Amino acid sequence: MTVSTATTAISTASAARRTDRRIRIARRAATPVIVVLSLGGLLLWLSTLELDSIEQRTLNWDYIFLRTGEHLNLTIVASILVAVLAIPTGILLSRTRSRFTRGFVLGLANVGQATPAVGVVILLAIIWQTGYTTALVALVIYSFLPVLRNTMIGLEQIDPFVKESALGMGMTSGQVLRRIELPLAVPVILAGLRTSLVFCVGVATIATFINAGGLGDMIVNGLKLQRFPVLVTGAVLVASIALLIDWVASVIEDVLRPKGV
Amino acid sequence: MPESTDTALTQIASRTDGARIVLDRVSKVYPGQDAPAVEEFSMVAEPGELIMFVGPSGCGKTTTMKMINRIIEPSSGSITIDGRDILSLDPSELRRHIGYVIQQIGLFPHMTIAENIAVVPKLLGWTKQRTADRVDELLQTVQLDPGTFAHRYPRQLSGGQQQRVGVARALAADPPVMLMDEPFGATDPITREKLQAEFLRLQESIGKTIIFVTHDFDEAIRLGDRIAVLSERSQIEQFDTPAAILAEPANDYVRSFIGQGAALKRLALIPVETAVLGAASAAVDHHRIATDDSLRDALDLLIVTGAPAIGVVDRSGTLVGSLTVERISTALGADATALAATRSDEGRLA
Repeated sequence: MTVSTATTAISTASAARRTDRRIRIARRAATPVIVVLSLGGLLLWLSTLELDSIEQRTLNWDYIFLRTGEHLNLTIVASILVAVLAIPTGILLSRTRSRFTRGFVLGLANVGQATPAVGVVILLAIIWQTGYTTALVALVIYSFLPVLRNTMIGLEQIDPFVKESALGMGMTSGQVLRRIELPLAVPVILAGLRTSLVFCVGVATIATFINAGGLGDMIVNGLKLQRFPVLVTGAVLVASIALLIDWVASVIEDVLRPKGV
Repeated sequence: MPESTDTALTQIASRTDGARIVLDRVSKVYPGQDAPAVEEFSMVAEPGELIMFVGPSGCGKTTTMKMINRIIEPSSGSITIDGRDILSLDPSELRRHIGYVIQQIGLFPHMTIAENIAVVPKLLGWTKQRTADRVDELLQTVQLDPGTFAHRYPRQLSGGQQQRVGVARALAADPPVMLMDEPFGATDPITREKLQAEFLRLQESIGKTIIFVTHDFDEAIRLGDRIAVLSERSQIEQFDTPAAILAEPANDYVRSFIGQGAALKRLALIPVETAVLGAASAAVDHHRIATDDSLRDALDLLIVTGAPAIGVVDRSGTLVGSLTVERISTALGADATALAATRSDEGRLA
């Protein structure tokens, strides 16, 4: 009786695990499927339209590849810069005992994110210059906070006794950081980077206002010239990129998450 | 100076069978606090000795212990291991030669059990083969099958198994000194008793100098060679063998710590063979106790069975005598007299 109950329990558990895995695979596959379907739908719809000369100037492969490339370039370079700047800042901040420094830097990052991105871009363009670099700086300012905050949280949530035992076994504080703290903080830091990436994809559309290209060009042109197909294509492309980048980041998160955690 | 640091460390590290620890008027004052957490603490731990620090929480026992591996830096005083002043050594390198076990265990969750145990050997630059052999050996020492456990992660182990890994990890580089902060405090009573017994057996074979912090007086009696009963600011109220503290508590503070049943606790420390046995006869042979059991076990058997006397058998199982409640009580009295005698001898020598 007991044995059979135990067996049932085990088989239920493994069945639950199988279902779990199936759900996870389904969820994992959902995003690319949705993206492919909407892009396919878009293409199909465009092929049924008679495009006028204005639309033809925008809705051709060269133009679309160019703008998409610009958009991806802005997004990815900005995210790399954010990672390179915000992760070390987060590490330094989590080591400092000065409440003032922490408050000050976090406050600054908060302001960067709270200020509307359009405002930051336009202001920077007025006081500095227009073009790619300005758009990049605005993007970095805007998406700095999630990575900074997650780096700090990731390091602070580590069990203090894990750190104490690492020190007690004779690791230097640098070794504790590299071998214990950072690997354990990786999932949280990556989640911050993922948020930043998705932010960047959206905000990069406003680069068009300061002549820095990107898919914002298509959206704004479509609006201004009242060319509905152009507008829709730009919007669908931006949304697809955001979804795909988020998806890639989630896969990377799963791969880099330390085993055993 | 780095050269002398290296020689000092090598010397400490080579005393794998236990080193002498001397704390001399060690104090710890935290900035912004009037009263010191530890005040003028002096103690000598002999090589291979298992010393228990017992006291209520907040008395400074853990702080005192953590100054030995400099997790907490002393404010004043000196600490030497094997005659070497540890305050002049590099703290990280020093700690690689002092085993450290804490109640919360602190295994690294992202490393396998084998990787956890290999941390200190890796820091010391051991070869892969030597490290792997040592990991296998240690897992067997703490009774975990290497084949089953080496490649698991900490969260896949029970609390008791995790603490065994904690002990194995601390022993990895065969350090002369071990610091243990309530290592079995978080486990359930049955697991704790098992771990304590295993730990005693282990210490018999490795003979490290161990400072063991606990608030559980019964644990202190069970494990310690000597017990330091500590009060506020880590003041030593009494520092002696378990038997001596139970027989003659130095003051009311120590008495309150021992609690009820001091005589029973003492009986648990005295083996049956030290008692003067009565005649062996067939009449007492219904209930048997072995010579290497404790007098407490014998008393327990007398009470449970209600028999006036029980038989005592030696290792081979031959009946060698009998025990009664009176004889047990006489043995307890004789034990106290013997303790007093050694004490006055020591007094005369000093």
